[in-house]
Amino acid sequence: MSRLAVPKTFKLYIGGKFPRSESGRVYEVVTAKGDFLANAAKASRKDARDAVVAARSAVSGWSGATGYNRGQVLYRIAELLEGRRAQFVDEIRECEGVSEAVARAQVDAAIDVWVWYAGWADKYVQVAGNGNPVSGPYFNISTPEATGVVAIVAPQKSSLLGLVSVVAPALVSGNTVVVVASERAPLSAISLGEVLATSDVPGGVVNILTGSAAEMAPWLASHADVNALDLAGAEGLDWVDLQIAAAETLKRVLPPEVGVPVPSVERVTFFTETKTVWHTKGLI
Amino acid sequence: MSFLDYAPAPESTAILNLRSNYGLFIGGEFVEGRGTPFATFSPATEVHIAEMANANASDVDDAVTAARRAYDRTWSRMSGSDRGKYLFRIARLVQERARELAVAESLDNGKPIKESRDVDIPLVAAWFFYYAGWADKLDYAGIGPAPRSLGVAAQVIPWNFPLLMLAWKIAPALAAGNTVVIKPAETTSLTAMIFAEILQQADLPAGVVNIVTGAGDTGNALVNHTDVNKVAFTGSTAVGRAIARSTAGSGKKLTLELGGKAANIVFDDAPIDQAIEGIVNGIFFNQGHVCCAGSRLLVQENVHDEVISRLKARMSTLRVGDPLDKNTDVGAINSRAQLDRIRELSDVGVDEGAERWSAPCVLPDAGFWFAPTIFTNVSTSHRIARDEIFGPVLSVLTFRTPAEAIAKANNTPYGLSAGIWSDKGSRVLAVADKLRAGVVWANTFNQFDPSSPFGGYKESGYGREGGRHGLAAYLESSGWSAAPAVTKGARK
Repeated sequence: MSRLAVPKTFKLYIGGKFPRSESGRVYEVVTAKGDFLANAAKASRKDARDAVVAARSAVSGWSGATGYNRGQVLYRIAELLEGRRAQFVDEIRECEGVSEAVARAQVDAAIDVWVWYAGWADKYVQVAGNGNPVSGPYFNISTPEATGVVAIVAPQKSSLLGLVSVVAPALVSGNTVVVVASERAPLSAISLGEVLATSDVPGGVVNILTGSAAEMAPWLASHADVNALDLAGAEGLDWVDLQIAAAETLKRVLPPEVGVPVPSVERVTFFTETKTVWHTKGLI
Repeated sequence: MSFLDYAPAPESTAILNLRSNYGLFIGGEFVEGRGTPFATFSPATEVHIAEMANANASDVDDAVTAARRAYDRTWSRMSGSDRGKYLFRIARLVQERARELAVAESLDNGKPIKESRDVDIPLVAAWFFYYAGWADKLDYAGIGPAPRSLGVAAQVIPWNFPLLMLAWKIAPALAAGNTVVIKPAETTSLTAMIFAEILQQADLPAGVVNIVTGAGDTGNALVNHTDVNKVAFTGSTAVGRAIARSTAGSGKKLTLELGGKAANIVFDDAPIDQAIEGIVNGIFFNQGHVCCAGSRLLVQENVHDEVISRLKARMSTLRVGDPLDKNTDVGAINSRAQLDRIRELSDVGVDEGAERWSAPCVLPDAGFWFAPTIFTNVSTSHRIARDEIFGPVLSVLTFRTPAEAIAKANNTPYGLSAGIWSDKGSRVLAVADKLRAGVVWANTFNQFDPSSPFGGYKESGYGREGGRHGLAAYLESSGWSAAPAVTKGARK
């Protein structure tokens, strides 16, 4: 006798809550074979703007935490992901149509990448910053700090590893994130939102939108309260137009990548501003 | 009952699950030592806590052999990310068992529970957490791409911060890919053995960390073992000197973190309330058993009398007593030998003409105790201004100009730390430039963080612990492939 399953309603993740799209729209998520999986929320321009508001309000708390604290909070997410491996494996298999072994490898890689980035939170300043031997009686030190709100178009194919590979590095220095998940395979993204919601990450630090990247990306690219744009998963969009739109407010822009971005400290430092502090040294 | 009288608020020892005797931790298991076991006592009550194994030279050899095997077969072949995962596990387990470790540390060492609970153990977890993240990022340690681990590290640590010094030593060594044989101080081995249980819980591969308990002979056998590649020692300058001598020519990489006689310089524009707290923290934190303690107070002459009277008032409020009491500020002296040394040097201070003042406090009958004490009218030639007392004893000197303060501060063979108290940033930075000390605290004192390098100039030792520098101390460069080729005969 088989038990009848209870399917999950997939919603957005904005400001630590799980709202439906304000537009009331959904779209069909299907398996690789075309079978119905779920109705995911199809986020609108308004949802994207709400997400930016939530992200902005979370910047001061998240970037104000010590690197040590952020590192521990991020590491805890990896701990929680570990406990949900089976769920992610199932969702990846359903959405991406890959074998269990391939799905498991993707989940394991995603957790390890997350741990790798967590470790940078209290170290990237030491690698990217330095004292400067200026020629004069001055104390002079340069240190990076978070740029603010980062809008991200996640890789479209690798639904969990791709997402983690762009979200985690932006969080390391204290940025907050609005991420547009893989359109065709959004289930892992929403499940990641559930992990984040039960972790120690404050609401609004990560905001996850599902739906059409082509529809939302232009609004995020031109939004005046977004500081940086990561187009990692935008290779299928008119991404040059997005970059041009981002130029208006001089957003920092990372171009599209083929496949999943490899872990690199440059992804951390790209979303930072370097501050140099001078202080005079008196003559004795 | 004055406002200083508090009802006792002792932390319960019910959280402890101690054994009556502890073995050595070699190859992932507890084994008996071949030397004569020794007892560990509570310095606050002289009550026996447990019997500790004593490692002789054969035991040390077993431990180094286990570390070598673990290095060759497991640890040096493991990915950095997996090494990191083990260290993250250890950090978490320390956090989970933090209160138990704090109680054990205060019981065995005599330090106040508020320090073991709020400083020592949280820093232990932080140290493992920080270096866990480095294990898979060694290319960024600052010594070029693909740096190599060294092999087996022999580590000898002191009794003043037993578990914290263990963390300072083990975390970077393991992150860099080395295996370890560590010897705790003989009066404070207890938390190291609880730590060994944590390593078992973390399922750390056998032999990656080996813990040998014992006294000087054990340490001697360890640092001079021929199959050791790295020696890291924290302790007295006399022993450090002996290790530098005995390892000379062996090719062992050596870091030494030794004694200090830090100057704590108070200028007349200093924020006075903060400065008084900083002076107290600088010398009475951990009963003054701190190598970087601010044991020489240099006060600008025109504020000397005010600083001293306020310092005495503040010292009169320090609560000395039961280390496990949550209200205690100053705990027990770690051993009778250390108490004898503090008494001897204090008597010398009086004989040489300095003026002694001790805080009025009732000391317990049993155990080892010394009231917080300051000496005024100290001159630079006095022994209490030159020798490390390593106890709650402060020597006060005066100066008139910044140049005189700097000259007096640097007038010591040591160079571990220094403090500067002034509201004027340009003066703080200018004075910091001139001080020959490895750590300079401005308007604060005794700050420690895993990301911040710590270590001394001159006879306070060499090498740094903490930060990237602390990682590099356990690595060697693979060379720089992009370096300009030097053709034969070009350098003549």
